[in-house]
Parts: sequence; structure tokens; C-alpha cells
Amino acid sequence: MPINYYITLALCLFSIGVVGVLTRRNAIIVFMCIELMLNAVNLLLVAFSKMHHVAKGAAATAGSDGQLFVFFIMVVAAAEVSVGLAIIVMMYRNVHSININFLNRLKH
Amino acid sequence: MNITQLLFWVLTVIAIGSALTIVTSKNPVYSVLGLIVTFFAISGHYILMNAQFLAIVNIIVYAGAIMVLFLFVIMLMNLSRTAETLKNKWLQIVGAIAGGCLFLVLIAALKNTEVKKNLVEMGTGDIGLVKNLGRELFTTFVIPFEISSILFLSAMVGSVVIGKKD
Repeated sequence: MPINYYITLALCLFSIGVVGVLTRRNAIIVFMCIELMLNAVNLLLVAFSKMHHVAKGAAATAGSDGQLFVFFIMVVAAAEVSVGLAIIVMMYRNVHSININFLNRLKH
Repeated sequence: MNITQLLFWVLTVIAIGSALTIVTSKNPVYSVLGLIVTFFAISGHYILMNAQFLAIVNIIVYAGAIMVLFLFVIMLMNLSRTAETLKNKWLQIVGAIAGGCLFLVLIAALKNTEVKKNLVEMGTGDIGLVKNLGRELFTTFVIPFEISSILFLSAMVGSVVIGKKD
């Protein structure tokens, strides 16, 4: 399978995530779209690691760096989700809404 | 078209369709379900590329843990019946145009690259197995691995401190 199919698929998922972040006002859906963008990048990293493995003449560990970076991205995303959802729950408890237009008052 | 290409296209259609479901659905629970389907499709792509460790970790961590956390928060807040207030039509149109422009620019940048003729290895290659990735993880990447445990501990403590009622 050529690499450009995977690049196009990852770009599609990433652009859908960007559109979701720009258009939706629900804080949880904005968060989920960020997860979608992270997953698009993960898919692209795995595809490039498998491409690198072919390009290096199938050496033993060529391309395993990309897959380990995907592992670390998953670790950071899990930590980010736990803290972010705690912040969203705290915000809901204070203002009884998770519309992110409310965050406009951070400007003042 | 052999079976690998067929599976690739099926998984691609599932992933993009369910990703569109996330953005377009009114009910946040349907968005979470769409995101779970997207994660399973991406795990299918990992299995097609023989990255078995990442496929299993993707299902366990994302579809298992993180999505349960999202569903739990949505049901805790009882948000599924409240519609979004202040619908701004222009904002949605402008956002869709901006995302489409980003997609077009990146595709146009892809068009002139040399890399697009390279092939991705499908179904073979053992760098994605747990044995090889674990050996790399505990020799070359052992410092970031240990630091990530500190990151997890601080995230746990931080979320408890933020969520504490006082």
C-alpha cells in the first residue's frame, strides 16, 4: 500500500478534528476532537515507521522509534484527559454549563 | 484488489464516517460512540500494518479507559438532553471552510513530495511485536519511560486535587 493513502487518511481525520474544535461549543466534544487529531498523528507515525522499515532494507529494529513515540503520545494523552476532564467537571460544578463561550470572561 | 486492500478501504470508510459522526451529532453520547468506532478502525489499521502492540494498547487505553471516562463525565453531568445554546451558523460555516482549506493546503503539499512513491509494509515485519518494542523501550527509551510514570502520578494527584470539593 503506498504511503500517500495513509497520509491522506490521516490528513482527513486531522482536518475533521480541526473542524470540530473550531465549530463545536461543547467542551467535551472539543476535547474528543483533540483526541481524534492525536490519533491521526499516531496512525501517520505507524505508517511512516513501517515505510522506514522497508526503506532500511528490513533491518532488525529500523522503524521501531516511531512506534515507541506513538506509545508515549498515548501516555501523555491519557494524563491530559484525566486532568482536562477534572477541569471540565470543576467548571460545570461552578457555572452549570460546559459551553466554552463562557471562557470569554478570562479576557477581563 | 486483494484482501488487504479491501480491508484498508473498509476501515478507511468506517474511520472517516464515524469521525464525521463525532463532529455532526447533536447528542454528546453519540459523539463518544463515534469516537470509539474510530478508535477500533484505527486499531484495525495497526493490525493491518502488523503493529500488534499498538493495536492492543489503542483498544485498552483509548477505547477502554479514556472513552469510559468521557462517557462517565457526560452521564455524571446529565448533558445528553441539553441542546447547545447560542447556535451561531456563521461560526460553523467559517470553521468548516477553515478546516477544508487546511486539508487542501496539506494535500497540495503532499502532491509535490518524493515520499509518496514509497511502500508501506503490510502484514509482515516484526518491529511492532511486543518483544522487540519492549526491548527498545527498556534499553534505549528507559529514561522517558520512567519519566512518564512520574507524569502519570502527577496527573492522578492533580486531577484529585482539582476535583476535590471545598
